[in-house]
Amino acid sequence: MPRIVVDVMPKPEILDPQGKAIAGALPRIGLTGFAGVRQGKRFELTVDGEVPEEVLEQARQAASTLLSNPVIEDVTRVEVIEDGAQ
Amino acid sequence: MTASNVETPLIGYPQPIASDTGDGSLDGVRVGVVTFPGSLDDRDAVRAVRLAGGSAVALWHDDHDLQGVDAVIIPGGFSYGDYLRAGAISRFAPLMEQIIAAASGGAQALPVLGICNGFQVLTEAHLLPGSMVKNNHLHFICRDQRLRVENADTFWTSDYAPGEEIVIPLKNQDGQFVADNRTLDELEGEGRVVFRYVDENPNGSRRDIAGISNAAGNVVGLMPHPEHAVEAGFGPDSSARGEVEVRGGTDGLGIFTSVLKKLVR
Repeated sequence: MPRIVVDVMPKPEILDPQGKAIAGALPRIGLTGFAGVRQGKRFELTVDGEVPEEVLEQARQAASTLLSNPVIEDVTRVEVIEDGAQ
Repeated sequence: MTASNVETPLIGYPQPIASDTGDGSLDGVRVGVVTFPGSLDDRDAVRAVRLAGGSAVALWHDDHDLQGVDAVIIPGGFSYGDYLRAGAISRFAPLMEQIIAAASGGAQALPVLGICNGFQVLTEAHLLPGSMVKNNHLHFICRDQRLRVENADTFWTSDYAPGEEIVIPLKNQDGQFVADNRTLDELEGEGRVVFRYVDENPNGSRRDIAGISNAAGNVVGLMPHPEHAVEAGFGPDSSARGEVEVRGGTDGLGIFTSVLKKLVR
């Protein structure tokens, strides 16, 4: 079953407190190679059968209206992926 | 279960309210309080309306009818468990479509107050600009918070003096108000910053903003909870008006008397 993947990230200018907390925790487990962390969200919308263009367009609409808030977040990806792919 | 069969008993014996007109005329004003799955402070908001002298009407998020109410309060809590983003799913409830249309109706626009999660719902619904993100320190915070009423001309603040300070409870995790600088400048320039944190910014909110209004002044949202500071014995331990007894703070009551008096006039 194909999936449409939607990635949403906090806008670069918005402080991401969760990412910051994760960045602070990494050195505690000995992982010191990272300058920063930003935390986003990934949605997977499954579709029965093929993904026609209008369903992909619906996914783009969902991404910009419900799945993200344009004041604080950017949609960074809306893409069809086939079974097994990531 | 519908909201209308939930009883909201008044605890204690409400004292007569000094700001009441004295002739009972305020009780003709009907203020709707919306309950979503996960709302927590709907009953407190109902009590606040009653203590201020008005009539409260329980509204259910899944209804399509505003029941002819004169104003609406969207209460605090964690509607839909804050899933996706705080307020993001509630914003599309059937009743919200009615509220959005009525609140945008020009001169006769419906007064709407969003408290905490209700403020988040109003920003998600684009009735108010900006958004809330996690507190900059990531902790849930619960404290009595001092605020300054920056704009006393809105439907919900006209019973206060401009610049008056109040103390009401603040309790949230996603309370950091953010917006881009252009929006912030616009809010400041148009006097739409309604409440500002005083003494200490508890969550990193831009420009210490605790509450804002839309351009018409009928829609107001704030993160702290005026409905928890309306009745002596059940309020904060402090007041901006001077010493009060333990849990004696009632600085939030003016929010509710403001809208009632505005609607009676």
